[in-house]
Amino acid sequence: MASVLAVDDSASMRQMVSFTLKGAGHEVVEAVDGVDALSKARGKKVDVVITDVNMPNMDGITLIKELRKLPNYRFVPMLLLTTESGMDKKQAGKAAGATGWLVKPFNPDSLLATVKRVLG
Amino acid sequence: MSIDMAQFHEVFFEESFEGLETMESELLNLDIGDADAEVVNTIFRAAHSIKGGSGTFGFDSIASFTHVMETLLDEMRDGRRGVERETVDLLLASVDRLRDMLEAARDGEPEDAAQVAETQAKLEAMLAGESAAADTATAVEPVDAEAATIPLSTGWLIRFAPFPHMLQTGNEPVRMLRELESLGSYSVEVDTSKLPAFESLDPEECFLAWDIRLEGDISCNDLDEIFDWVDGDCELEISPLDAPAEAEPVVEALAAAKTPAAPAPAEIPEASTAAVENPKEPERRQQNRRAAKPDRRGAKKEGGSIRVGTDKVDALINLVGELVITQSMLTHFGEDFKMSELEKLREGLQQLTANTRELQESVMQIRMLPISFSFQRFPRLVRDMSHKMGKKVELQLLGETTELDKTVLEKIGDPLVHLVRNSLDHGLETPEIRLAAGKSETGVLTLNAFHAGGNIVIEVSDDGAGLDRDRILGKARERGLVGVDEEISDERIYNLIFQAGFSTAAVVSDVSGRGVGMDVVRRNIKELGGHVDIRSTPGQGSTLSIRLPLTLAILDGQLVRVGSETYIISLLSVVQSLQIEMKDVSGIGGQAELYKLRDEYIPIIRLHESLGIEPEHRDLAHGLLVVVEAERRRIGLFVDELLGQQQVVIKSLEDNYQQIAGMAGATVLGDGTIALILDVPGIVNSWSEKSALENEVA
Repeated sequence: MASVLAVDDSASMRQMVSFTLKGAGHEVVEAVDGVDALSKARGKKVDVVITDVNMPNMDGITLIKELRKLPNYRFVPMLLLTTESGMDKKQAGKAAGATGWLVKPFNPDSLLATVKRVLG
Repeated sequence: MSIDMAQFHEVFFEESFEGLETMESELLNLDIGDADAEVVNTIFRAAHSIKGGSGTFGFDSIASFTHVMETLLDEMRDGRRGVERETVDLLLASVDRLRDMLEAARDGEPEDAAQVAETQAKLEAMLAGESAAADTATAVEPVDAEAATIPLSTGWLIRFAPFPHMLQTGNEPVRMLRELESLGSYSVEVDTSKLPAFESLDPEECFLAWDIRLEGDISCNDLDEIFDWVDGDCELEISPLDAPAEAEPVVEALAAAKTPAAPAPAEIPEASTAAVENPKEPERRQQNRRAAKPDRRGAKKEGGSIRVGTDKVDALINLVGELVITQSMLTHFGEDFKMSELEKLREGLQQLTANTRELQESVMQIRMLPISFSFQRFPRLVRDMSHKMGKKVELQLLGETTELDKTVLEKIGDPLVHLVRNSLDHGLETPEIRLAAGKSETGVLTLNAFHAGGNIVIEVSDDGAGLDRDRILGKARERGLVGVDEEISDERIYNLIFQAGFSTAAVVSDVSGRGVGMDVVRRNIKELGGHVDIRSTPGQGSTLSIRLPLTLAILDGQLVRVGSETYIISLLSVVQSLQIEMKDVSGIGGQAELYKLRDEYIPIIRLHESLGIEPEHRDLAHGLLVVVEAERRRIGLFVDELLGQQQVVIKSLEDNYQQIAGMAGATVLGDGTIALILDVPGIVNSWSEKSALENEVA
């Protein structure tokens, strides 16, 4: 199973994502914002990054841009959690190197399906 | 996989209420007309999080309400909308509404739909007032609905040529091929014409392209979904299989490709990128709604919880570690003890004492929260009330990081609100009166918290008119609380405002002045083991000062013996203990014995008399006097002997036995006996009342 870096400043969303993925047998590293995620990602390899967009300290798009600079993360799938109103965010996310997105609100099943999709 | 979403509700509510508080305090921070972008962004983020969570966890009305708020905030964030007072007011009102909705959802109660609709309509009206963008956005929706019903084709021809950089977005072309394969009957040809010579091949880039023939009842949407993420990262041509081969429906951009070329029904409009990417979303949203609905019932109020900083938990774990080491050391002695090791055993026991003490302090720390949790509601309250009353008030918050017990913190909120309202209403004057009195037109209201000894002191001060001594005295005489000719000190006069039903407000205002409040305030504070005092200077303002114990669970006690009983007096109230010099004892008219302590005469209370027990000494010369202070009065408690001092855990008498006048609680001592804890303020008060009564009789 895969290891996933789950980044969200909202504790409830983080718990939901983490609980769902762990339930499917994945290993989850949680981070509360971009800065936290970046420090947890360094020197480590994860298979998928799932990040919220709007976060204090460092937002999800900047996080992806920074992660892509790390040799370990050049090809790692990175998913943005966006809301339907965040269309411009999707484009900005793509420009930063995001693989794809998951539209909020989402349910555990679609989260698992999406992760499965990028893991191939 | 079915996951019970209700398990995340508690955290969701907790963080949402925190988000609301952030929104409220930041909204109050906004400078009208010249807003700090970061502040607006923080407010936006809080609304955005609540929206995301409420949608995910199935609180649809909250999601839809926050969506409107978010849209408004988004306009402010982008600078499309200025920061006007009425916008801020409406957002503040929306925060209140949202709080009600969240509380209702948490408690499993229906929300006030009418109020919600009203506020939401106001928000929408404000949005509609200026935003043309919002109109176009709604206009797009019907197009979405139609786009979703694009007819099926019997198959598709797909040319998929990733740009070299696609791999670096984490998108794997094989994934798309695999997903296409799962849709129907599939054949593929790989185009290797762009593949460079092996020496110049960059393994991190993609040079292959594919021509795919896909047969089956496959909707355009299915294909969109597969290629959604790689829009702009590849060359994609999609044409329906049954299209005439020469119809040249080959379209370059992904977005346009989604309109089936040849057999396209005429009524399907030219879809914009936005219109095409959207169709899935309403669908998904609906699915989520259906899926999430049953969770709603699960939202019940849980027992209280505390958020504890990791550093505090780490400190605890560390201490427990030390305790374990000490314990294993002591166990070792127990197995095979030699007298030669006695010194080491003592050391071990000392270590154990130190560990226990530290552990106890750390555990208490967990319950300690900064008073800012209580203070943070005041900026809003002061703003709203001063507006209403036409007063100009600046609020100062000091000592916000001062920590106190969670229970105390929760219970002190309401009394503080009373005191602040009172200061706003009766203390601070209107700008005109202030100017006439030579003061600045803006009054200052200060909330200050600090530690003093083992207490926490919270002061509410204003620089207003101060208490009207004569009016209070007049009112008190009118009500018979003070005799017509009786002269009493200013301090006592001021403290009369804590009497039940005592209000001197000339007009009963919306805010205060009904004469309920101050007595309730005092009662609440007393229940917390604290007391409240008032100081006032005419023309310069008043200060109400609340003194509270740091914690309700443990106190530092002085053990005293009366006869064969042991009692505990809180060390905080002990001023000094002394051997009685008989020459300094005097009795006034045989009523009460007084002891001259320096320049002060303090009443002597013989504890054995008030407690009705047999003492060892009745003669003052043989016992000891413990001078205690409470309610700004000093009295001397006559006891047989002073024992040690120690920390005691307070056990409630009410819970374990029954309330006893003069006793604050009980505790179990080291040897297993039970000792009662004296309620010093209670004893002082009953003495004051008794002596006042005797004075009257005399």
